[in-house]
Amino acid sequence: MPELIITKDIDVPGLDTLDGYRQHGGYEALARALKEYQPDGLVEMVKKSGLRGRGGAGFPTGMKWGFLAKNDKTRYLCCNADESEPGTFKDRMIMEKNPHQLVEGVIITSYACRVSTAFIYVRGELALAGIQVERAVEEAYAAGYIGKNILGSGFDLDVIVHHGAGAYICGEESALMESLEGRRGYPRLKPPFPAAIGLYGGPTVINNCETLATIPAIVKNGAEWYTSFGTEKSTGTRIFCLSGHVKKPGNYELPLGTPLRTLIYDEQYGGGILGDRQLKAIIPGGSSTFILGADKVDTRLDFEAIAAAGSMLGSGGVIVMHEDTCIVGAVLRMVEFYRDESCGKCTPCREGTYWMTEILHRLEHGHAREGDIDLLMDICDNISGKSFCPLGDAATSAVTSSIKLFREEYEYHVREGRCMVGPGAVLAATH
Amino acid sequence: MISERARQRMRDLAARYPVARSAVMPALYIAQQEEGYITQEALQAVAEAIGMTVDDVESIATFYTMYYQQPPGKKVIKVCTSISCYLRNCDALVDHLEQRLGIKRGETTAEGNYTLMTTECLASCGTAPVLQVNNEFVENVTLEMADALVDEWDRELRVKAAEPKTEIRL
Repeated sequence: MPELIITKDIDVPGLDTLDGYRQHGGYEALARALKEYQPDGLVEMVKKSGLRGRGGAGFPTGMKWGFLAKNDKTRYLCCNADESEPGTFKDRMIMEKNPHQLVEGVIITSYACRVSTAFIYVRGELALAGIQVERAVEEAYAAGYIGKNILGSGFDLDVIVHHGAGAYICGEESALMESLEGRRGYPRLKPPFPAAIGLYGGPTVINNCETLATIPAIVKNGAEWYTSFGTEKSTGTRIFCLSGHVKKPGNYELPLGTPLRTLIYDEQYGGGILGDRQLKAIIPGGSSTFILGADKVDTRLDFEAIAAAGSMLGSGGVIVMHEDTCIVGAVLRMVEFYRDESCGKCTPCREGTYWMTEILHRLEHGHAREGDIDLLMDICDNISGKSFCPLGDAATSAVTSSIKLFREEYEYHVREGRCMVGPGAVLAATH
Repeated sequence: MISERARQRMRDLAARYPVARSAVMPALYIAQQEEGYITQEALQAVAEAIGMTVDDVESIATFYTMYYQQPPGKKVIKVCTSISCYLRNCDALVDHLEQRLGIKRGETTAEGNYTLMTTECLASCGTAPVLQVNNEFVENVTLEMADALVDEWDRELRVKAAEPKTEIRL
């Protein structure tokens, strides 16, 4: 078992309390950051660590901090804990089991970015996670880790926990800021980027929950130590959320660069495919990323290798499908999600996700028309890159990649009016 | 009715944020706790406390799915139907609950005990299929477990219904 960073003590009882967290070295990194570093020194350290965002886009964290506009406007930090990407369940675990680690990361990051008000935006549906984070913030206030003159350093910080109320789109950074400002979660046009004009018009840094929870370990052990994990360009570890047709689904923290095969088949992790069936497809980074075929199972899980294989590491949600999965049915289910969660602001996304669902529905249920497959590809082309935010693009990933990989299955649906594999095929054959 | 205490909590929240209207979401939650769903009075109370128009508050309340526009059942069951749960046969679970409760997804039972909803990914994909009842997770749900849960809720609701009614406001 490789050494773990983020999930190191995660199953220790009482870790979610201030005392429990401190017994395992909690808030030592904060003390060190405030005592031994100027804010800019911490930004440099995180740049050197190579840490990249764990929310989806994988942007270098230190660079993001360095982009904050230098002006006299109030700066803000938003922790994006609105975890809702299908296939992703790591931030919920961090918040429920080790909320102080996140809070410590928020405080250190606020100091590094010269922020005096930070927000933690917790997804509304994750009630327990929200309660845990709120309690951790209260305990941190009481212990003097948040508030005025933190640990005698002269640094002041206010932290507000904000609860979402059911909207996937608020995980998109500009929609998250709109939501925090008390509006509908409609994305903003970029540029300006949040680092220039963000929350309440001030320079704003927005980081994912897991990203921020990684900061204390980097400060405590140093950038070099962090780069000793992972690959040269994809440093460190990250939590891979393994779900779907595997024997042992769950969260597994692994160094970046670990082969997909290890995650899926190793006895310590996924333990192989459910029912010892054949692997059919893998979605490597949440439902917004391109589907990979079984031939890509030896790809290493790092940003570069997954990109070279034709997808993205995304949010770390690895979804596995075995041979009995009807790809049309699975893609329909994924596209329905984007139809329901499109905020409706941009026409290509709002209308496109609706029509893709309609077409996929008739494909899946035996009413397909000639030309439907090409029509789907055409709609994808009309959505992609033509909306304010990436939700529309994300809706097309599963469609285009599945048609590319499994076109014969779509054609079978058009021709035969039923599934080529799985229960749908068996059911139809017996009728 | 929205209590004075709830209204005060809303005003305190408006003061807590750098800009008052940022408090509209937490204020709507407070109103919903009081009323069970977003009533006209709830919209008015939030609007007054935050300093927004009622229409403006309503536009927020109707965007986010966790603000109920209708009175929900005493037990709100949300079954995740996104891809990871789909691969673990959540559809059979929804069908089963529909049959057991005698309602379709999106409906509330006539006596007001249960609302059955399907919902988007609940961040519980490693323990699929999953449902939430009044925001608490039940993971790795089998059809047998679902039956046992409904039995338990039925009992709990019967006991509650038999208790003498007292007005308790938190």
